[in-house]
Amino acid sequence: MIPLSHVLVLSLILFTLGVAGFVIRRNVITVFMCIELMLNAVNLAFIAFARHLPDLDGQIFVIFVIVVAAAEAAVGLAIIVALYRNRDSLAIDDVDSMKL
Amino acid sequence: MLLPPLAGAALNGIFGRRFSNGLVSAIGCGASGLAAVFAIAAAVSSHLGPDTAPFVHSYFTWIQAGAFHSDFAVYYDRLTLVMTCTVTVIAFLIHLYSRGYMEHEGGYYRFFCYLNLFLFMMLMLVTGASYPVMFVGWEGVGLCSYLLIGFYFPKKSASDAGKKAFIVTRIGDAGFTVGVALLFWTFGTVNFPELFPKVAGLGLGDHEYTLTIACLLLFLGAVGKSAQLPLYVWLPDAMEGPTPVSALIHAATMVTAGVYMVARSNVLFVHAPRALETVSAVGCLTAFFAATIALCQNDLKRMLAYSTISQLGYMFVGCGAAVFATGIFHLMTHACFKALLFLGAGSVMHAMSGQLDMRYMGGLRHKMPTTYWTFLVATLAISGVPGFAGFFSKDEILAGAYQGPLGAPWLYWLATLTAGLTAFYMFRGLFLTFCGKSRVDPELEHHVHESSSKMTIPLMVLAVFSILAGWVSLPKALGGGEAFDHYLEPVFGRSESLLASVSSAAPHQANELLLMAISLAFAGFGILIAYWFYLRSPELPERLAASFSDLYRTLVNKYWVDEFYNWLVVRPLYETSNKVLWQDVDTGVIDGAVNGSAEATAEIGQALRRMQSGEIRNYAAWVLLGAVAWVGYLLWR
Repeated sequence: MIPLSHVLVLSLILFTLGVAGFVIRRNVITVFMCIELMLNAVNLAFIAFARHLPDLDGQIFVIFVIVVAAAEAAVGLAIIVALYRNRDSLAIDDVDSMKL
Repeated sequence: MLLPPLAGAALNGIFGRRFSNGLVSAIGCGASGLAAVFAIAAAVSSHLGPDTAPFVHSYFTWIQAGAFHSDFAVYYDRLTLVMTCTVTVIAFLIHLYSRGYMEHEGGYYRFFCYLNLFLFMMLMLVTGASYPVMFVGWEGVGLCSYLLIGFYFPKKSASDAGKKAFIVTRIGDAGFTVGVALLFWTFGTVNFPELFPKVAGLGLGDHEYTLTIACLLLFLGAVGKSAQLPLYVWLPDAMEGPTPVSALIHAATMVTAGVYMVARSNVLFVHAPRALETVSAVGCLTAFFAATIALCQNDLKRMLAYSTISQLGYMFVGCGAAVFATGIFHLMTHACFKALLFLGAGSVMHAMSGQLDMRYMGGLRHKMPTTYWTFLVATLAISGVPGFAGFFSKDEILAGAYQGPLGAPWLYWLATLTAGLTAFYMFRGLFLTFCGKSRVDPELEHHVHESSSKMTIPLMVLAVFSILAGWVSLPKALGGGEAFDHYLEPVFGRSESLLASVSSAAPHQANELLLMAISLAFAGFGILIAYWFYLRSPELPERLAASFSDLYRTLVNKYWVDEFYNWLVVRPLYETSNKVLWQDVDTGVIDGAVNGSAEATAEIGQALRRMQSGEIRNYAAWVLLGAVAWVGYLLWR
């Protein structure tokens, strides 16, 4: 039996990696993957607590998160494809036409 | 009785645009006709005996706020009965007449819609069982008169006249509302069935101060609505509306609302003799004043308008001298013959393609015989020639002014002089219009024609009324029974006898026949002078006008009252609005506040827009910062 703390530490490491990548990386796809990483880190924490408590609510939450993440991935990847076709670039700093 | 006109107004107002003219007029006339039938049926079927209490029926609670309670209720006694019958029958005839008159005008359905709405409001006014309900009708007829005076709204003068009527009467209405509030404050109710017995239970002199003020305020409302001094200025201008409107609103019914209100409140007024004296004094002065202006008017309708003001003055003299029934009697007869006069004038106007200046008329008798004869009947009636309606009612008022409980000789003499003036100017109008040589523009001359039967039939019916209405109540002196007075005794009897019993000065006794003879002499004299001036030697008036040029100019310019009001009220208001309210208050304070808040928003926006760099990593940093701050807050808490 793996103790709760181990899983939580793993989840924390994954989440931090996600945040760091999100802020630092320039490639849009990498940033996108970092977001997924953060979501899944949270999922992991949920599962761990659900197993520890024992309470099924955590697992239900995870299912929801996966559904939302799937939808987000569909929309996000579509945006990225459109972006690439328009700009021939995946660098996040090139996308700044929203400013005044 | 109330429903048909309302339904008619709604139907014509909403769907009228799509209906044919025939259908619109059928709905309009049908609605008013039904109302008249119901009014008469109610009059016949209700056996209101002398002792029976008034019939009161409450439909629903209208306003309930604290101690204030007002039902939507009707109050039906003999006074209501007389009023509803007069109003609906005259209105029905005028609807019929309008069918012909408005044939060639635009906005046919709009016209009938307003007419029906007006009738509804007027009926509400006379049947309401409390001051608030009465006030709804009161304002309603004001609104309708605004709409109808301004009926030809593309014309500047017409829409101005509408506004003038609305605003001037508003001054009076303010008095009315304050008066009602004062009554509520003192007696705790404004419903007739509770208020009147309460006041009637008072001894003379109780609450006299309050009641006098309340009555004067109510009378101020009546002054505005019934066009008395000093608020009469709107009525002559109201002649801008279509002629049937002048006949219906400004002669026969709406302007009598004030008289009705004073008569309805007779219980209050007798407890405030000072207020009653004011009523009769104002009425008498107005009668005289308006009659002198009417002497020199060249516009046929304006002359009639001033004569209306003058006749309303008579009604107030009647009410003020505490012979209320007589005032109402004159109201009824006046409604008949003044509607007739106006409709006759409308018929002339129709024939003359809108020309209303009497100086360019003359000799119309042969071309429009029906109009001439009916107009003659009405003129005889208003001049008080024996046998016609005006004679009986006017003489009773004169007698009342002399020997009524609150009568006074000066009232009598001034009113009698006015009767002479009335006879003079009415016959002047008649002679100038219908008799003598034609002064009509030859261009127009061959257009002149008798109006269609749609218009002449109501004229004839009204002429019959103008003759017969007076015979309802023959004065005692002529062997009659004063039936009308007796009929209204349940309403007014108590008030009249109360005053008669306490008035300190013994009433001036006089032979009624003698009074009659005097007023007849004045009237006859007036007619003779008119005949002499305008038929025998038409150059005489001009010479007279030349030799008394100052006086003549004053009269033609209506004593410069309009100019005076303009100078006193309108100009300062305009100036303050323009200089102070617009340029200082509006541009300075209000615009300042609005623009200031807009500028503040813009400043804050300018500061905040720096956050919106458009760079995604910047946003990411903000999100992170927000998340850290939030988590920090949760932990640290």
